[in-house]
Amino acid sequence: MFGYYVDMALRSLKRSPVLTALMVLAIGLGIGASMTMITVLHVMTSDPLPGRSAMLFTPHLDPLPLDHKHRDDGPDPTDNLTWPDAMALLSAHRAKLQAAMAGGSLLLRPARADLRPFTVSGRYGTAELFALFGIPFEHGQGWSSGDDASRARVIVLGKTLDRKLFGSASGIGQTVRLGDSDFRVIGVTADWRPQPMFYADLSAQSFGDTDQFFLPLSAAVDLKLQINGNQSSWSKNDSGEPMTDAEMTWLQFWVQLDSAAQVQAYHQFLMDYSAQQKVLGRFQRPATEAKLYSLMGWLEHKNLVPTDVRLQLWLALGFLVVCIVNIVALLLAKFLRRSGEISVRRALGARRRDIFLQLGIESATVGVAGGVLGLLIAELGLWSVRRRPDDYAQFAQMDMSMLLGTLALAVVASVLAGLLPAWRACRVQPALQLKTL
Amino acid sequence: MQLRPILSSLRRHKLTACLLVLQAALTCAIVCNVVFMIANRVQRISVPTGMAENELSVIQSTGIEKGENPQARHTTDLAVLRAIPGVQSAVAVSYSLPLDQSESSSGLCPSKQALDRAMQLNSIEGSGCMEPAVYDGTPSLINTLGLRLVAGRDFQPDEYVSAGKPAVAIVTRALAQHLYPGKQALGQSMYDGDNYIRIVGIVDKLLRPNLRKPGVDDDSMIWPQRPDRAGVLYVMRSAPQDRERVLQAASAALLKASPSRLMDPKRMQTYTEIRAEYFQRDTTMIGLLIASALGLLFVTALGITGLANFWVQQRTRSIGIRRAIGATRGDIVRYFQTENFLIVSAGVLLGMLLAFVLNAVLMQHYELQRLPWFYLLVGALVLWGLGQLAVLGPALRAAAVPPVVATRSV
Repeated sequence: MFGYYVDMALRSLKRSPVLTALMVLAIGLGIGASMTMITVLHVMTSDPLPGRSAMLFTPHLDPLPLDHKHRDDGPDPTDNLTWPDAMALLSAHRAKLQAAMAGGSLLLRPARADLRPFTVSGRYGTAELFALFGIPFEHGQGWSSGDDASRARVIVLGKTLDRKLFGSASGIGQTVRLGDSDFRVIGVTADWRPQPMFYADLSAQSFGDTDQFFLPLSAAVDLKLQINGNQSSWSKNDSGEPMTDAEMTWLQFWVQLDSAAQVQAYHQFLMDYSAQQKVLGRFQRPATEAKLYSLMGWLEHKNLVPTDVRLQLWLALGFLVVCIVNIVALLLAKFLRRSGEISVRRALGARRRDIFLQLGIESATVGVAGGVLGLLIAELGLWSVRRRPDDYAQFAQMDMSMLLGTLALAVVASVLAGLLPAWRACRVQPALQLKTL
Repeated sequence: MQLRPILSSLRRHKLTACLLVLQAALTCAIVCNVVFMIANRVQRISVPTGMAENELSVIQSTGIEKGENPQARHTTDLAVLRAIPGVQSAVAVSYSLPLDQSESSSGLCPSKQALDRAMQLNSIEGSGCMEPAVYDGTPSLINTLGLRLVAGRDFQPDEYVSAGKPAVAIVTRALAQHLYPGKQALGQSMYDGDNYIRIVGIVDKLLRPNLRKPGVDDDSMIWPQRPDRAGVLYVMRSAPQDRERVLQAASAALLKASPSRLMDPKRMQTYTEIRAEYFQRDTTMIGLLIASALGLLFVTALGITGLANFWVQQRTRSIGIRRAIGATRGDIVRYFQTENFLIVSAGVLLGMLLAFVLNAVLMQHYELQRLPWFYLLVGALVLWGLGQLAVLGPALRAAAVPPVVATRSV
């Protein structure tokens, strides 16, 4: 029966090719526009570190004085930690793995005469950073906590930078001159670029950037290396040592917690720590201000999707709705015009549900054709999105789930659009129609 | 034209007519708001900076020579740049230009009392103090940027400082009015917490590097401080058609003068490019908004044509009968046009209502202003025109139905 209905649908659609083309075009445009924007949103809100993200958490404390007023347009100072707090959490070692980190851009003077000096951005971190994020190594390894303590001038290079500096032989054991200091290469990581860069200061960098080197945070503080992210200070007097100041936040902190009980315990630890700091007079705000975000929760909190992208999505969906209304009207006209044919079928014994099924299949056929057209239009749309210079744009690619989603959305939309017309057409009185034939 | 027959025939196609009304209404509501958004964005991207925009080009240079005196470097570099044929003048600035994103701003009060008030409130809001963008630069900045001095004078050579804070400043007219409302700002001394800074000149306009909100976008101050860091932005003024050539020559000349510097190729641009980059998201959005408005109108026109076509086919017999009993071709065309006008009018009425609802939602979430009523009028006119255009083809086809059809059975 199904094959027969598909055949009938194709015949009927072929009978009025212009109208069919209009319907397919309308649904294709609507689906294409919507799927372009849904894909962009999907890419922007996808998991940057599948498999590990569920175990990663970021603690946040509020060391701000009570009378601190936060400017609406500025970054939130409590997004990051101060040096003393980060060191305290690090030495407490309450999580399985933990690391403090900050981003930085440094001038690199290559030893090779044929390379001009250039700036590279990377990360200053503590020893467990590599294990915490599961950063894969090509050669060598990361540094130890002993290196952290001794502020060792060691560095781990990203594969791309390693190739650029040392060619095909890995640079392990060589030195790299960053800023005004030499660092000894102890490891080379494979390309690792989670998007967005969830562990960076997200108000400063999010999509597109990658870390080209890693070096010990203690060495960076020792050498007063430049920091990329926001450095929010509320200090009234200048201590001269801003990086280790207790009134400037600039560090990101991540921990690995494997179970709900551990998460609970760590959150309790943060609140206890805040309460203790309050007793000591360093914190003024309630201990309940201490928060522990999961990775995805943190990304949601930071809301990386620009309002323009949301607006574009709503616009596309509005467009789809108008397209669907359009198709409902066209299908209704088309089905009602076939009252005579339907009446004959009914008179010959077809049940209402047979008619309904037949007309439903006809709308679904339009939907499939519209979905295929929509896919082409969405690919075209994504291609144009990728050509935008925005940092997120280059990742706007359709994956399998989006591909299937497009077709599904098109078929669902057109079947929904066909419901009302099909229901209306089923209710035609055969006797009345047959009389007028 | 009699409306009664049209209305009674529409009543027989209630559902279809309602759907068409709904479609016209949705289109009207969305298109009105989209056009309004386009107008807002166009207004945003056409904000004037106060500079001779199409004559400027910039090149960024960061000296990496150890122990180099930055200001001596800048002086040498500027001499090199001025020697390039076509360069009328050149200056060095520390941070950036209007719409160039990285901004240096500082709290500035009209008096010491205002600062105390700000300290008490622990906020700059409501204290009378402002937070202008601060521009520095080497002598002849005003001339090079092409700013229009409306009161006072340019800086004198002895007012330039190499380190520390200068004692004088030139402010924009907007900042002067915000700091000293209703008063003569020229000659007043502003207080920044440590020093008094006297206003010696007022320029007509100079936009901030980063737009904040319309009221304070033009609050800028220039002071005679020579850039003192290794990283510096050179601004050159030349005839518009010379800019590309000047940039090429400048980068070669600077590297020749001293090779130990970084010059990011991305920061070798004409000011036109800087501006385009700043508003890139807005221009993309304008393109998308225009495309979606056109797409909506197109789909709606398709719907109207498609349905009208159907109705013409369906009514071939009755059209034939009407023609046979004396209706002219014009009557038939007018019948379909009036029918379309009625449907679109109902859609427009409902659409105006929806447009306001949609506008209210957008106002809540996307900082859009209230939709002015004339956008509704424009929306209505566009839809009426579109409807008439879309129905014209089917209506003419209907008019071509010969009266003899009436005599045939279906």
